[in-house]
Amino acid sequence: MNTALTTIPLSTLGIGSVCQIVSLNLQGLLRRRILDLGMVPGTPVQCIRKSPAGDPVAYMVRDTLIALRSEDASQIHVNPM
Amino acid sequence: MSNSTIEEHQNFLSEHFGITTTPGQFTVALAGNPNVGKSTVFNALTGLHQHTGNWPGKTVDNAQGSFTYLDRSFLMIDLPGTYSILAHTVEEQVARDFICFGKPDATLVVLDATCLERNLNLALQVMEITPKIIVCVNLIDEAEKKNIKIDISALQKDLGVPVVATAARNGKGLGTLRQKLYEMSTGLCTPAPRQINYSSEVENAIQQLLPKVSRLIGSNLNPRWVALRLLDGDQAFINSISQYLDFDLHPTRLQEVAV
Repeated sequence: MNTALTTIPLSTLGIGSVCQIVSLNLQGLLRRRILDLGMVPGTPVQCIRKSPAGDPVAYMVRDTLIALRSEDASQIHVNPM
Repeated sequence: MSNSTIEEHQNFLSEHFGITTTPGQFTVALAGNPNVGKSTVFNALTGLHQHTGNWPGKTVDNAQGSFTYLDRSFLMIDLPGTYSILAHTVEEQVARDFICFGKPDATLVVLDATCLERNLNLALQVMEITPKIIVCVNLIDEAEKKNIKIDISALQKDLGVPVVATAARNGKGLGTLRQKLYEMSTGLCTPAPRQINYSSEVENAIQQLLPKVSRLIGSNLNPRWVALRLLDGDQAFINSISQYLDFDLHPTRLQEVAV
């Protein structure tokens, strides 16, 4: 999919910014896990805070705070809002 | 069920899940996402008739409690709180294996009324395994406070299974819940859960697998669901099948069927 041109990786989102998930470039169990947590295309996500080392990062998804590794968040493509 | 098969099932539950039932007692599995008030529902229904332990061989809590309704005894098993039952973690595996192989007379899925969308994922996953499911929309009082209105009868119609709104903390809706559990366990209620249709590619693959899967597992499990897990390449599930169903067939036979 040619989404890379118009979207950014979730991992580059600044604190306080809101975005919408466009696609998940993940496979297997991790993809399943992310989807199970409610992070499906179209879901709004807000970056809440970063851990002292900058990784992992906490995101607000459907009223729940979820921490993601930057490695995994970089595979989630989003549209900034 | 005849007496001998009841006894067999009792032994099976005790051996694999550490669950001791009395003759004629119904088993009810309690599933739900974390923090939806699942344990509040459990406590409200079973009161002080509880005991806790571990799942055999796992460091996961296993809480059991009993209650009586209309002279029938129910044993309720509180499964670990999970977002999914597609087995990534030990907790999910425990929940999945019990719903799948423990064959509870009813499975109660507790949902958070304030976050229905994400919670319904689990309900749909359980509905793919068993039709004997009751959906409990808990924290309905919290939802009202947040001005969230839930059309329970529409939800029930859409899902094809009984849906009960509760505020377990205040005891609201628990009477209806007991009644629905009774109707489901005794077979008074015949649910028709909505089945998820996948893309035509997946559906074709399922149709190809179904006859072979049905032949292998008989009526032990829902063949459509097993076919889906084989397509997923879920190795943990294939291991569970051989563990619980005592297959004389080697699990690789199942995989061969899938290829």
